[in-house]
Amino acid sequence: MHANATAGTLRIEQLVKEYRPGQPVLKGIDLAVSGTGLTSIIGPSGTGKSTLIRCINRLVDPTAGRILLELQGQRVDMAQLRGSALRAARRHIGMVFQEYNLVERLTVLENLLTGRLGYLSAWRAWRRRFEAEDVAYALELLQTVGLADFATRRVDALSGGQRQRVGIARALMQRPAVLLADEPTSSLDPKTSVEIMEMLREQGRARGIPVLVNIHDVELARRYSDRIVGMTGGRIVYDGPPPGLQDAHLRQIYGGEAWLA
Amino acid sequence: MAGVKPVAFAWTRGQVLAVCVGLAYLAWSLAGMDVSAERLATGWEQGARFLGRLFPPELGKMDELWQGIQETLQIAVLATAAGLVLSLPIGLMAAANLSPMPLHVAGRALIAACRALHPVISAILFVKAVGFGPLAGILALVVATVGFVGKLFADAIEEISPKPIEAMRATGASFAGVVLFGVLPQVMPRFVGFATYQLDSNLRNSTMVGIVGAGGIGGALFAAFLRYEYGFVATILATVIAIIVLGELVVNGLRKVLDV
Repeated sequence: MHANATAGTLRIEQLVKEYRPGQPVLKGIDLAVSGTGLTSIIGPSGTGKSTLIRCINRLVDPTAGRILLELQGQRVDMAQLRGSALRAARRHIGMVFQEYNLVERLTVLENLLTGRLGYLSAWRAWRRRFEAEDVAYALELLQTVGLADFATRRVDALSGGQRQRVGIARALMQRPAVLLADEPTSSLDPKTSVEIMEMLREQGRARGIPVLVNIHDVELARRYSDRIVGMTGGRIVYDGPPPGLQDAHLRQIYGGEAWLA
Repeated sequence: MAGVKPVAFAWTRGQVLAVCVGLAYLAWSLAGMDVSAERLATGWEQGARFLGRLFPPELGKMDELWQGIQETLQIAVLATAAGLVLSLPIGLMAAANLSPMPLHVAGRALIAACRALHPVISAILFVKAVGFGPLAGILALVVATVGFVGKLFADAIEEISPKPIEAMRATGASFAGVVLFGVLPQVMPRFVGFATYQLDSNLRNSTMVGIVGAGGIGGALFAAFLRYEYGFVATILATVIAIIVLGELVVNGLRKVLDV
């Protein structure tokens, strides 16, 4: 049932990203994630959290460094992939977005099925022919995320929390080896945020895959993470379990003190 | 600083200048066009006489009328269908957010070329190229459709939300998958809107391409003018007006059914 032990093992080595030459946003990140568990990346805005997570599935192209990922018994360097090899690797990386990134005019079920687009030939895509097995799995996942009655609803009729569940279900449709989430709770109210974090943690555990989450809310990160990575100025300055994260670390990560009181 | 009073909604010197230039051009054009009170009076008189000769409408040539109308409708529908089918790929190609630079520029240039010529002018060109008859009319209106729908479609694609597109790329979707499931659902309602508008527009245009020999009721209309058969002219005009009104009703109904 579970993916094999090494699947989804991620090792980032000396990752550098410069949007403008000479002005690196990521200044040589080293990070290894393996097995099950939720890892939260915290840090001030503009420190490169989002860039880091987007380098992993290459929505952003890194400037230098390696992003080694175990997929189906093979190790690939995401940083080197292009074209169809890149698309094939992306199929195994699920991603959840801050603003859900759903197609508003499609139904919940249709949005879930877009998670299988990587496996659909252009001809089948043209005829909108998804595998019956995929449709069945989509309905099963809707049950899992508590939206069983919403399959045929259009996404633009849903609330923020419901949309984010659809976003999570779409990522799970990929049967991912690793799950990324970029600020998944930043557009949501506190209660819904907790539900979403809980869902990300539970689904990661149930599937035996690592979950990597960018998050602003330090308390939420402490509460749901197995590990916290603190970033500031394009570097990792804390990496360890939540209890080890002290005020001194937070001062180093975010600067200032007034907000800690 | 003191003494300078802040003024809200003031005209800038440039705006005043632009309005003055505009008014001067209007006055100059009116003077040059020989539009005088005298000219208006004689024109009025002539118009009244012409209007009188339109009645009674000639009702004896229904065969000729019907044939022309049928051809006009066929030209409009065929040209709209073919033009829309061409507009989809050309619009995609011309959208800067989906196409690589050279392709996007080529698409925009093609659309600009299609838009540059009025349907009557392209109809004349096609009559010269493929001969008299409805084929020339169809081709002329296909060009007009690509020019209009292609441009608006490309603009609509450039305005879509990039967020779902990003999400689909992240799942490993191919370009075709991204277009079919990420782009088209966002722009399809607008495309249908453009299409129904263009159908309406092609109905009107197809009554006119006949004047230059490109098929349809326009040919019969022009011939009737030349033969001073003003009664038949009246019948044709009334029929055309009826068809356009009817067409608009049908198109409006279509929009309601398609929910756009």
